[in-house]
Parts: sequence; structure tokens; C-alpha cells
Amino acid sequence: MSGIESADVVVIGAGIIGAACAEALSAAGVRVLVIDRGAPAGATTASGEGDVLVSDKEPGPALELAAASRRRWPELLDELRELLGPGRAEIGWDPKGGLVVATTAEAVGPLAALTAAQRAAGVAVEDLDADRAREMEPYLTEELTAVAHFPDDAQLQPVPATAALLAALRARGGEVHSGVMAEGIVADRAGAVAGVRTGVDAIPCRAVVNACGPWAGHFSETVGAPVDVLPRRGMVLVTAPLPRFVGRKVYDSGHVDTVAGGDAEPRFSAVVESTASGTVLIGSSRQGTSFDEGLEVEVLRRLARGAIGLFPRLAGVPVMRAYGGFRPCTPDRLPVIGEDPRMPGLWHATGHEGAGIGLAAATGRLLADLFTGREPVVDPEPFRVDRPEVALEAGA
Amino acid sequence: MRVRVDGEERIAEEGQTVAAVLLAAGRDSWRTTRFGGRPRGLFCGIGVCFDCLVVVNGVPDVRACLRPVAEGDDIRSQDGAEVPS
Amino acid sequence: MRRVVVVGAGPAGTAAARAAASFGVEVVLIDAAPTPGGRHRWDARGAGARAELPDEVEHLPESAVWAIEPVPGGHRVHVRTGPVDGPERTGRAIEARALVLATGAHDRALPFPGWDLPGVCTAGAARAMARDQGIAVGERVIVAGTGPFLLSAAVSLVEAGARVTAIFEAGDPVPGFITRPGGALAGWTKAGELARYAATLARHDVPLCRRSAVIAAFGKDRVEAVLAARLDRDWRPVPHSLRRFEVDAVAVGFGFTPQLELAVAARCDLEDGFVAVNAAQATSVPGVFAAGDLTGVGGADLAAAEGAVAGAAAAKLLGARVRAPIGAMRRVRAGRRFAAALAEAYPLRPGWREWLREDTPVCRCEEVAYGAFRRAVEELDVGDARVLELATGAGLGLCQGRICGRSVAELAGLPETADAFARRPIAAPVRLGELAEDVPVDEGP
Ligand SMILES: Cc1cc2nc3c(=O)[nH]c(=O)nc-3n(C[C@H](O)[C@H](O)[C@H](O)COP(=O)(O)OP(=O)(O)OC[C@H]3O[C@@H](n4cnc5c(N)ncnc54)[C@H](O)[C@@H]3O)c2cc1C
Ligand SMILES: Cc1cc2nc3c(=O)[nH]c(=O)nc-3n(C[C@H](O)[C@H](O)[C@H](O)COP(=O)(O)OP(=O)(O)OC[C@H]3O[C@@H](n4cnc5c(N)ncnc54)[C@H](O)[C@@H]3O)c2cc1C
Ligand code: FES
Repeated sequence: MSGIESADVVVIGAGIIGAACAEALSAAGVRVLVIDRGAPAGATTASGEGDVLVSDKEPGPALELAAASRRRWPELLDELRELLGPGRAEIGWDPKGGLVVATTAEAVGPLAALTAAQRAAGVAVEDLDADRAREMEPYLTEELTAVAHFPDDAQLQPVPATAALLAALRARGGEVHSGVMAEGIVADRAGAVAGVRTGVDAIPCRAVVNACGPWAGHFSETVGAPVDVLPRRGMVLVTAPLPRFVGRKVYDSGHVDTVAGGDAEPRFSAVVESTASGTVLIGSSRQGTSFDEGLEVEVLRRLARGAIGLFPRLAGVPVMRAYGGFRPCTPDRLPVIGEDPRMPGLWHATGHEGAGIGLAAATGRLLADLFTGREPVVDPEPFRVDRPEVALEAGA
Repeated sequence: MRVRVDGEERIAEEGQTVAAVLLAAGRDSWRTTRFGGRPRGLFCGIGVCFDCLVVVNGVPDVRACLRPVAEGDDIRSQDGAEVPS
Repeated sequence: MRRVVVVGAGPAGTAAARAAASFGVEVVLIDAAPTPGGRHRWDARGAGARAELPDEVEHLPESAVWAIEPVPGGHRVHVRTGPVDGPERTGRAIEARALVLATGAHDRALPFPGWDLPGVCTAGAARAMARDQGIAVGERVIVAGTGPFLLSAAVSLVEAGARVTAIFEAGDPVPGFITRPGGALAGWTKAGELARYAATLARHDVPLCRRSAVIAAFGKDRVEAVLAARLDRDWRPVPHSLRRFEVDAVAVGFGFTPQLELAVAARCDLEDGFVAVNAAQATSVPGVFAAGDLTGVGGADLAAAEGAVAGAAAAKLLGARVRAPIGAMRRVRAGRRFAAALAEAYPLRPGWREWLREDTPVCRCEEVAYGAFRRAVEELDVGDARVLELATGAGLGLCQGRICGRSVAELAGLPETADAFARRPIAAPVRLGELAEDVPVDEGP
């Protein structure tokens, strides 16, 4: 492994979370090296639709982190543009807004309760009548019982965003190495981190960030400080390109429950949005706790039905692709961000489930705040590593 | 059999594909691209390139090279991407 | 589930269906086309590759297999039947203990300036139009690319009434390497075919120019002329060798790309970009067999012989008493030597990249120009196929990288990614309304 000498911090995983942590640390003057066993942004991050949502977060720590990240992304983008030059930080930032839609009488109450809570927590929400909603999204179903508009929901492109974050890291002297697998940690006598063991040799460093996404649980177990992060599968259907079909992120009001719900059986909610190239992305499913990649047509069928429920005209549109990914998921559905008290120098930044793209900006910032002893952007307590929901016993 | 190609009536034969009907009618393109508005027609001839898309009986995104014509088919050029009615 | 499902009714699939049926097992043969015979309707000799099928074979024409799902003890094959691309098709899922995949291959086309003009098509398209529909894609046509199958495309064009100005063969196979006794053609039952093609082309004054290629096509809304060049060993254009030809069509073919999506969906291992099989045509996945162009391209005879072996092996898996298909296995061995020699004699050389210009579309669907593509690759540190698609847009369109995938992967310097681009769990487009329907599941005997 000639060429990799040493660093203050080695970030393991070049997904959007690892990239955001590396960028924020380097901005604070820390010497960072990122390694990934595959290619940057090649794993879960490549599956992400790129939504930066506040609408689907329950008030509390999840919403606080989401709101901080929503504020942070445009700032971060400006910083990246300034550092890299205008052409090199094109990450497709689009503050397009979101519509949360109820189509049954039963769904009206829960949606009203959600919007009331969101409003109380400071989120901008606008109640729309059906006509106004269909003016905004002309292909939307006529069977609307309630619609809420969240103007602050936004979108970006995860792969270019990750690339821009890593480019900023390099511009500040940091390094990114693809095709390097982290196999373990080298500890000093006191049990603190002294390096990362790779397939070939060890990279000396004083801290390691576990940003292994859905594999973070596995990595943490390998190094003897396990956190409970498991893969939660999601499938997306991609239609043939269409002329402007849906302008915002539009989803069924049952979605929030689906995200928060358990794993006993597959869960579905209709989520529809367009991409820049005109294709329509259709989600979302949540199932399982393993890396099983087998295709299940029944899952695709449920996605198709949900989407047609929201946008009946989609019935005639060809589907050209289905793809999936594995969301890194914790039992309490909150990410894990911070140092591991069981092993000084080991940090975790993972467990972002279906929101890692949106949450990346604040996650990187929070990790760097904690690392450098700055005032943290949000209260780190709910995300701490040793909370009983996520810290597992070694060898258990 | 009788079919219509962009509004004009034409005679087609059983077993012909829509692409063959179009080529026989002297057309070498029947679709425009979404971004550049460039003309496209037959390319792979066996259903893998999706260049030959055409609107048949109001339904867009039909591969002309694979679709057999049927009596009365209304065949229309496709303008970029279209939303099915 | 005591049943064999064969996907693809070309020479390989029809031979497989006949062989399996001859041992008394239930066979369903599924193909997207209205009639059996495959993409190029070869009347392959040998093990029952004739297009007409025995009554014991249940043939589902106009039936696209859009997905394959593993189920306990076999696979579930999802089919839509009816006029292609719907929406008036009916859905059905068929379960099978043994699955024979014979989905064939399509011509590979390399990008070059003007390759997106109407009038430029693949050799396979020109051949299919000429043979199946009796229509020549142009009056004055140039055939270009590499490999002996260019000759058969040219012959079909001539027979459909076109004037073939020239055939440009980019390679320069050692003379006699293929045809000498004991050479690659030894044992290939259709060895005489090439000689016949050559005679027909000579009769029509069609010159075969070696180490030459069409490196650009021009025209406003269709091809009007092409630029041809002599090539050096690496396929770089030789300076001062450019010639202009007025034509109204160009048929190009640079080898083949197998139609891998169903095999990849079934998780079959690949080797050199084709499905890996053993002597019984069994893939790495129990119960899944593969035959024909999917396992390597060696012509219709080899495809049919492989099909016969696969059909027998599939019947055996179901418990039928099967005679070893010794004759077919011998033909497979000979055919494979031919296929290997073909692949070796007609390699692609990297100099084709120099044919490209800044504004040449590398991805036809998404209209991604070479210049923009290269800049995105450089800026975004592209390391795998998925990232390549998302970073450049190439491969994200309706063809899902079937046409551009291998070329853009090469241009981006990625390692062999045949399988990465073939990961298309939806193997053929279905409309969302079709997907939403409940369909009957046929569990079979
Ligand atoms: C279908 C789908 C849609 C989604 N849509 C959205 C959305 O719209 N908005 C949103 O905010 N989020 C969305 N998400 C969630 C989001 O994609 C994830 O939360 C996020 O990408 C997680 O990023 P990550 O960096 O933690 O993980 P990853 O991107 O998976 O990165 C982890 C990296 O670690 C590497 N790695 C693992 N182990 C090792 C090791 N031992 N050594 C070296 N490297 C290693 C891997 O190769 C990988 O590159 C979606 C997810 C899915 C599946
Ligand atoms: C231009 C050209 C010239 C050639 N010249 C010669 C020659 O001179 N001599 C020679 O021997 N060979 C020649 N070949 C090669 C020959 O055509 C092939 O080797 C042979 O057809 C392979 O047979 P196959 O059964 O493997 O596949 P194919 O004949 O390609 O059949 C595959 C079948 O699978 C079906 N299919 C694929 N996917 C699906 C799906 N998802 N659902 C339903 N159906 C599906 C297709 O509709 C098709 O009918 C030539 C090929 C080309 C392109
Ligand atoms: S010509 Fe390629 S799909 Fe029809």
C-alpha cells in the first residue's frame, strides 16, 4: 500500500456521509484520508433519489437534524463553489418543494396532526385545496381529501454531490483511495485507535470514522465495538422519460408511518417525482434486514399501484428499470453520530436510513464540531453512540 | 390491410412490421429526440435500441421494428417524449 | 413445476424445445416475435432447428419475458402476451423446474460522428429488414465494421435490390486462418457459406476493403455521405487515406453483445462477457441452462447444437430418461472452436476512440456528447458502471445501455463491465398499468 502514509483521520466509506464528514473535517484543518473498498458514491448513495426533506421527519431530533441540514446544504454549496470554481460544484440543487397527499377520508386526520406538529416545530407548511393542488401538479389524481405543501423540501443529485465534497477534500490536501478495504483497527496499548488495517498493511492515524453505510454494523462488529445498523431494502421503479410530468416530490400521507414502522413485513408508500432527464422515479418499499438482492415482482406491483393511485395517467407509461439499495437502519431510526466511548478514536457516522443524502450536510458538520470541540450545530445527545438502542455488546 | 401513417392512408401487408410500413412509405425517420429534436428511425432492427419509437393508436413508445401492423392501425410520428392519454 | 420453460425461439431455443419434448417432458417455448425462428431466421441444419415445432411444444408467440424470479424448486417467468409494447397484452407467470435461456445477441455498434443519423443502422437491422420484410434500407449502401457476418448482411442487401458500394472490414484476419483445412472452420457445418457469400458479392462487384472503416457520416436529416479511412493496426485512421462516398444508408456491426439481462437476473455467472456453461449447457445456477449466442457467438449451427444439448439436459433434470446427445455435443465442440477462432480473428482495437469528436453522441438515447462525457468522467472520479451512468447520463435512457454500455465503459477506462450494464431486472419494458395487474400464476404439472 505504498503511497498511503498517514493522516489525522481515516474515513472509511466514500458514500455521501463519509464524503460530508471528510469535507467538514478538512474545512476545520484536519488532515483526512478517505478509503472505500469500491468506488466513491458507488453503493447506497448511488441509489438515493436525492431528496432533502423536512416534511417526512417527526418533530424531535430527526426533524432538528433535517432542518439543520436543509439550512446547511445551500451554505455548503456556496463554499464548494467558491473553493472549486463554479462548474465543479454542480450538484443539481433544486428547492422544488413537496406535496403530501391524502386520498381517503381516514387519512385526513393523521395528515392534519402531522402538519400541525410540523408547523409547531417551525416547518413551513401550507394546506392546499384540491383545485390548487391540481393546479400545481396537473396530473395528480382527482380523489384528493387533503394536501399539504412543504415549500422547503429540496432535491440534489447524490453522485455529483459526493464527488464535489471529495473534490473539496482533495483541494485542501486530503486524499481519496478507491478499492481499499478496511479490515480492522490497530489499537494502541490503551485500546485507543492508532491506525486502520487494510488488506495490505496499516494506515497510521489517530481517529477513524466508520461511514460504511449499511455495512457499518458489520464493520463495527469486526473491530469489537458493535453498533446496531442493518440494511433495510428499498426498490425504485424508473419510467420512460416524459415531458414535465410532476414538478415536486409528491407522496402519500402514509409515508411517514412506513418510514418509522417495523421490519416484520414489507412496507410500502407511494412516492413519486421526476428527474432532470424526464424519467419519473417511483418508490418506496422497505423490507428485510439482510443484503438479499433477489427481485420480487410483488414489490414492484405494489409500487406501481401506489403510483397510479396518485397519478392515474402513469398507468400507460412504460417502466424501463427497477433498482434497489439498502438503507442503513438503526432500531430507533435515528443516525449514530459521534465517538465510541468503548474505543477512543473510533467515530461512527451512519444509520441515516432513507435520509442520508438530505442529512449529510449537517452530519458532516456535527461530526466535525464534536471532533474539534466546537459548539455543535444540533444537540448531539439523541445521536450518541452509547444509547441503549444502538450500542450492542461486543461478541453478543 | 389499410393503415394510416401520419394521417395518410396506406396499404400494408399481413406480417409487416410498423417500421417496414414506414420505410416502404419512403420515411427514414419518424421520431425526434427529446433534447436536440433530432430525427431518428430504424437503428438496431431487433428491439434493443429504442430509437424507432412511434405512436400507435394513440399509445407512444412503441418499437416500430418489432410491432406487427394490424388492420386500421393509426401510426403517428413521436415528438420527443409523450405522455400517454 | 415439472416443466421446461425455454426463452427465445431462435435456432438455440427451438432446438432446445424440440429436444426436451422428444424426451416426453412438458415444454413451453416463449418468444417476443410472432413466429419462431429467432432474430435472423436461419435455417440451421442439424438437431431439429427447423422453425416448425412439434405439437408437444407449447409455443407462446408475441410473448415478452420481462422478469424472472427465483421460487423454491425453480423459477417463475413473468410474461406479457400480445402486440409488442402494449398496452393490450395479457399477463401470466409460468413456473418451471428447468429454464433454458436462449435470448441471443445483438450487433454491437461503435459510436462515430454521424452514427445517429437516420440511414445509419446495424448490419443486423439491414439483414432483418431485407430478409424478413423484403426491404433494403437504402439504394446505395455501405456495410462496415468487423467480422464475417458483415458478408451475410451485404448479401441480404444485394438480394433485396440494394447496391452495396463496398464492405469495409476494419480488421485484417490472417488469410486462410479461418478457412484452411484444420483451421477455424474445420467441423463447422456451414463452412461453405462464406465461400458462397464471397461468390455472390463478387458477382455484384462488391469490393471488400480490409483495414478500412467508415469513420464519419454526414447529412442534414439523414445520411447523405460517409468518410471512409484506411486504418493502422490499432484502428487509427491513416493520414491522407480518407475517401468520401455518397450513400443513402450505412450498415455497421462490430461483433455482438449478448442479451444477458435474464441470465443476470437469474444470477448466472459470466465469463468474458457471455454466460458461462458446462458441457451440458448448465449455467452456474441449478436448473438454469443457456444456449446459443448467449454463451458465445458462433452462428446458427452452433446455436442449434447447443440448444439440443441444453434441451436434453433440462429433460434429464426433470427425471426423463435421456439418451446422451452425442452428435450435438460433437457439433458443439467443433462450433466452439470456430467461435473462439472468430473472436480471436476479429478483435476490436482501441483506435476507434479517435474517430470520435467533441460533439459525437456516445449515448444515443440521452444524447450525451463525447466532450461532455469525458469532462464528467474526469471531474467525477468515476469508478463503476452505476456511477458512470449517474455522473454522465450515458446509459440512463430507454435502451438502458444496451447500445452504448460497453463503449462508454471502455471510454471511461472501467474494467470489463458486461454484467454491470446488464443488470436490468426489468428485461423488457412493461407499462405501469400492466405491472400493477394481478396475473395468474401457472404452476404447471
Ligand atoms: C432506493 C433508495 C432511495 C433513497 N432515497 C433517498 C432520498 O431521496 N433522500 C435521502 O436523503 N436519502 C435517500 N436514501 C438513503 C440514502 O441513499 C442513504 O441514507 C445514504 O446514501 C447513506 O450514505 P452512506 O454514505 O452512509 O452509505 P453508502 O453510500 O453505502 O457508503 C458506504 C460506503 O462504505 C464502503 N464500505 C463499506 N464497508 C467498507 C469497508 N470495510 N472498507 C472500505 N469501505 C467500505 C462502501 O463501499 C460504500 O461505498 C435512499 C436509499 C435508497 C436505498
Ligand atoms: C448481421 C448478421 C449476420 C449473420 N450471419 C450469419 C451467417 O451467415 N451464418 C450464421 O450461421 N449465423 C449468422 N449470424 C448469427 C446468427 O444469427 C446467430 O448466431 C443465431 O441466430 C443465434 O441464435 P440464437 O437462438 O442464439 O439467438 P436468436 O436467433 O437471436 O434468437 C433469440 C430469440 O430470443 C428472443 N428473446 C430475447 N429476449 C427475449 C425476452 N426477454 N422475451 C422473449 N423473447 C426474447 C428474441 O425475440 C429472439 O427470437 C448473423 C448474425 C447477424 C446479426
Ligand atoms: S430499431 Fe432498435 S428498437 Fe427498433
